[in-house]
Amino acid sequence: MKMIQCVSPKTGGTLEVLDMDVDTHQREIKGRLGVVPQENNLDPDFSAYRNLLIYARYFGIPRREAEQRAEELLAFMQLEEKRDVLIDKLSGGMKRRLIIARALINAPELLILDEPTIGLDPQARHLIWEKLRSLQAGGNTLVLTTHYLDEAERLCDRLVIMDHGKILVEGAPADLIREHAGSDVVEVERTPEAIARLTGLGVTYDVAGDALQVFTNRPHDVARELFEVCRHEAVTVRPATLEDVFLRLTGRRLRE
Amino acid sequence: MIDITGRVQSVWRRNWDAFLRTYRVNFIPPFVEPVLYLLALGFGLGTYIEAVDGIPYPVFIAPALVSISVMYSSFFECTYSSFVRMYYQKTFDAIIATPVSIDEVIAGEMLWGATRGMIYATLMLPVLLLFGVVTMPSSLLLIPFAYLAGLLFAGIGMCFTAITPSIDALNYPAFLFITPMFLFSGTFFPLDLLPQPIQYFALAALPLTHVVSINRAITLSAFSPANLFSLAWIAVATVFFLVLAIRLMKRRLIA
Repeated sequence: MKMIQCVSPKTGGTLEVLDMDVDTHQREIKGRLGVVPQENNLDPDFSAYRNLLIYARYFGIPRREAEQRAEELLAFMQLEEKRDVLIDKLSGGMKRRLIIARALINAPELLILDEPTIGLDPQARHLIWEKLRSLQAGGNTLVLTTHYLDEAERLCDRLVIMDHGKILVEGAPADLIREHAGSDVVEVERTPEAIARLTGLGVTYDVAGDALQVFTNRPHDVARELFEVCRHEAVTVRPATLEDVFLRLTGRRLRE
Repeated sequence: MIDITGRVQSVWRRNWDAFLRTYRVNFIPPFVEPVLYLLALGFGLGTYIEAVDGIPYPVFIAPALVSISVMYSSFFECTYSSFVRMYYQKTFDAIIATPVSIDEVIAGEMLWGATRGMIYATLMLPVLLLFGVVTMPSSLLLIPFAYLAGLLFAGIGMCFTAITPSIDALNYPAFLFITPMFLFSGTFFPLDLLPQPIQYFALAALPLTHVVSINRAITLSAFSPANLFSLAWIAVATVFFLVLAIRLMKRRLIA
């Protein structure tokens, strides 16, 4: 991510952003990007509004234009009431929204977001998702990294799952789910009876802690068989999610 | 190679805006410091000292007070304050995501550090005039010279900021370099009272010595060829430390 943003020198290969080489066109590229970093780096010495104005100055945006754009962006991110409030007095969700507003100050062609909703409460996340979707609807290109797979599923047209710096798969979320997990997941308590029945049927399953997971396009048939040998509450059927794909591809071992 | 364009002023402006937002507290030291020092040392202790080389004691220390204030304000701006912006506030990270280069961020910080020194010298001047310890109009030169001296101390400070592992470690240069300089640079007693080797050491390695000697020539309106040597020493050291600071900082921040 830092190499795309032209902040760190590239370690190898070739890298072009917006058709420009990152080694030779850093300023041009940075001028046309918007960056939402994972860490809050708003300027604590200033109010929300002045944060935007001062950031606009780094892009060389004329004052009048910057003022107008700052007001528009505060309104877009629903921060008008906090216009003159210092950063320390903003909640986590407000800070994230202000960082997104700041990243939009130069009307970027490409918006890069690193974990945009990390550590936020559900209301704050939903508001940010809504704003990001409206940016997408307006024709903006967003590149985002996230560990929240529900977020990726909601926001991404195309996604790449990476593990230890290697690309495992890429594609649209729905396609990836269909391809790597099937339409549904049947989960059942891990009992000898359940294992015996699944083995008898020739159905493959994954072990996830004290549960078994069957990825299938015919969930009802599998569930019916299992109901015959298990307690009724021990069987659940749900649609497969990106999280299932991710865990199947990268394994369940903790990565630290 | 060093990559600096006019965008450096946007970094300087950020610090200027922050300074103005809290101007009341920022304006206290340059008014209060000279009053306290002149009363305690100049007119208190100074009553026991008839004159230093024929100069009344308060008049002797007046240019040193300006020099010290410039040193402190520029050095501390580019050590503790810059470190806070860099490490705790992540302000530098935010700026280098824009078309502003890292060189411009560091240069802007140092230009601001020098500006702060100049602002303090400017604000001290009327106080010193009121006490009648500086001559006019030559003392107006204190202001532009404060900018040059400020750049020097800003550059030195930024070099320490670039290599310090933590904010606490900045206490080492503050106590082992700045405090001795405050006392042994011809500030409160003439350099030639010191043993010869220490005099040479002060002239070679303590930048404040040269700053005090030029400021004293300015406030007394008594210039000598030795001032040219001091000016050249300061000019060379300033360029050296500014370039070194940018290099060290780049190494620290782009890893």
